Amino acid sequence: MSVFDGLKFRKVYSPIHNLDPRIKFIYVIAIFIAAILFSQIIPLLLLFILQIPFVLLAKVQKQWLRSLRGAAFLATFIFVINILSTYFTSNFSLTALNIENAASMTLRFVVLVESFSVFFLTTSPDHLGLALEQTRVPYEFAFAFTTAVRFVPVLAEEAQTIMDAQKARGLELEKGSLLKRIRNYIPVLIPLIVSAIRRSLELAEAMESRAWGATKKRTNLYLLKLHRGDVVLIAVTATVLAVALYALLFVPIPPISSFF
Amino acid sequence: MIVVEDLHFSYPNNVEALKGISLTIKDGEFIAIMGQNGAGKTTFIKHFNGLLKPASGTVRVDGEETVKTSVAALARNVGFVFQNPDNQLFSETVEEEIGFALKNFGYDKETIEKRITWALNLLSLEQYRKTSPFLLSGGERKRVALASVLAWDPQTLILDEPTIGQDHDQKEKLRQFIMQLQTQKKTVVIVTHDVEFVAECNPRVLLMREGKIVADGIAKNILTNPQLLSESSIVLPQIAQVFTKLSSLGLPKDVIDIYEAKEVLLRKAKESHVK
Amino acid sequence: MAIIEISNLSYTYPGASKPSVNDVSLKIEKGEFVLITGPSGCGKTTLCRCFNGLVPHFYQGELKGQVTVAGKDISNSQTFDLAKHVGLVFQNPENQLFALSVEKDVAFGLENLGVPREEMRKRVDWALNLCGIYALRERSPHEVSGGQQQRVAIASVLAMQPEIIVLDEPTSFLDPLSAEKIFEVIYELNKKQGITVILVEHRLDLTAKYTDHLIVMDEGKIHLEGNPRDILYSDETKLIGVGIPKATLLYKMLKKDGLKIGGKTPLASDELAEELLEAFGKQ
Repeated sequence: MSVFDGLKFRKVYSPIHNLDPRIKFIYVIAIFIAAILFSQIIPLLLLFILQIPFVLLAKVQKQWLRSLRGAAFLATFIFVINILSTYFTSNFSLTALNIENAASMTLRFVVLVESFSVFFLTTSPDHLGLALEQTRVPYEFAFAFTTAVRFVPVLAEEAQTIMDAQKARGLELEKGSLLKRIRNYIPVLIPLIVSAIRRSLELAEAMESRAWGATKKRTNLYLLKLHRGDVVLIAVTATVLAVALYALLFVPIPPISSFF
Repeated sequence: MIVVEDLHFSYPNNVEALKGISLTIKDGEFIAIMGQNGAGKTTFIKHFNGLLKPASGTVRVDGEETVKTSVAALARNVGFVFQNPDNQLFSETVEEEIGFALKNFGYDKETIEKRITWALNLLSLEQYRKTSPFLLSGGERKRVALASVLAWDPQTLILDEPTIGQDHDQKEKLRQFIMQLQTQKKTVVIVTHDVEFVAECNPRVLLMREGKIVADGIAKNILTNPQLLSESSIVLPQIAQVFTKLSSLGLPKDVIDIYEAKEVLLRKAKESHVK
Repeated sequence: MAIIEISNLSYTYPGASKPSVNDVSLKIEKGEFVLITGPSGCGKTTLCRCFNGLVPHFYQGELKGQVTVAGKDISNSQTFDLAKHVGLVFQNPENQLFALSVEKDVAFGLENLGVPREEMRKRVDWALNLCGIYALRERSPHEVSGGQQQRVAIASVLAMQPEIIVLDEPTSFLDPLSAEKIFEVIYELNKKQGITVILVEHRLDLTAKYTDHLIVMDEGKIHLEGNPRDILYSDETKLIGVGIPKATLLYKMLKKDGLKIGGKTPLASDELAEELLEAFGKQ
């Protein structure tokens, strides 16, 4: 199923993929904070452009552009709402500054979405799970996360098989009114849910049989260590935050419209 | 009748799963499709009821091209029982489960009632009519799944790995059931790994490898060809294994049935006065 | 002392009307390779779960009688304690692997036990090698075949270095060739590592030859126990509906019809062939 293909992480080896997910996450939060601090378009534009070297280094341009397209709809919506509300609340007038502000709001949204997108595109579920295990997140959550990811392709295949089995008994999923079509999914959903329950029971048995709960001090086969690249990223993050704070406090930022 | 002409099929990831298959299945035949995992067996049978459509070539079921027909329409003549019954059970009672397809096909209430009773009796499930299918044992659920497909009496029945997880008795009952269907001139196609089961049934065997049919003949001939089988990572049936090791005695090579084996050996023994 | 001792075990699942295991007593010595078989619903799966404490702790229900495994009474021991001594491999390969890579899965039990990383690494590599899957260690469990998945399951149990490994119909979903490979791995573990093996199987044609201790169950009880050559030759077994290997059946049929053939009941095709060649050789 092509929808679920997008969730299957592709094993690409790039310097960005190898970075520690915890550091990457801190970097993304820093971008998040910087984006919130500013409402002028120039710094937001700079923040957006800052993503691009990461995207290129990680070789995920295609997927990143695809997520940009996805965000475009919501972004346009934000822009239009902004314009309209300013228009109606300021006596039916629109200045260049108003448009610029609307654009800034939109760009801020895009920067937020896109920085998270880069994070998820460059962090494998294994890596993410490992990071979760090694932070102070309780092990049950990290385990639930990795197990869920592990079974996504399995469930997707099963869903397809169930649909095939029911189609082979005359079920037509594409015909009928909206209501009928929703009801037609019951013979697909129920086996899927029952199977999920059965599966969790079998998994629980297997977990118990492998000493689950033996000790509170779980050890780990892998250890996430910080490497040179991570130190560089920490430096970049710190710089971004420092520059942002400095600019916020001491540098007056003119709107673009003042240049015209 | 199912006629396949130069069938090619590729999955979305561009792997060619079927590389030119041509075949005719006449009404009333019993066929076992065998081969390694990944040979394309399940991909192939999904073309018989239109779940998959050919990329090139044609598949005709009773004269109709599957490309031009919906799965629901083809399903009336081609019943497909999947490997895992839990992939289709969803109703509150066994009765409803068996009636599901009948409702989809638009039969009237009276016919549905009759057919349900008929299917329940056919597979000795009448006692479970009002039981929830989820409360039944594995073997019983398999019978419910089978009953729900037989209910609309399709001419062709396809069974995907019907012997997995079954014990000896259950397999024997299945074998007898297939024989019964054969007397009713129904076409039965099974996909299986179970060489012993195929040896006992002695059907027409299609051996698939890497998307093609590499052998087509009766079980007796195919299951006693060590080269063919090893190329497909299939183990010879036990009786055939014994006879391969007895080649120095000059016995026939194509024995897979235990009773035939006994006769052949006893005859040889009489000749050599070993009785 | 036997490594497993069961006296008068009866167990009823919660809500069930009758016991799944009914007054079972048995003894298994260290290093044995035991084969348990019987028709569907005979109680063999429930019995498996008694060996590592899933019954009664995971399933609750009513347990009567005594089960002692590696010196521990299962009713009074925690499942995670028993897991150090008894490994259990289940029927469905897919549903016993949870990690995102094979070696992380093999390490799972050790991580739960808090084994230090260096020791863990050694044991994981050892288990991977014994099961012949070292090359697959970084793959995702979903990417490998069913037979390979079962070997991962065996490795992950092996890594905990239990004295006993129980396998509940491990090859149900596998083709005969992959099944044979699994049995070979298990047999090696028994012969070379001295691990006590308890295998529940229908496919006697592939497994009878590995054991000299066969247990046939039916309706919650042990009906027959002993050497497979005696049990599979007897008429009683056929009545229970157990799948007797064709080689053994043919031998029996030939003998009954007067063929002068050797006295040792064959369990596999090569054994029968040998006996036949001998019989015909005596011309």
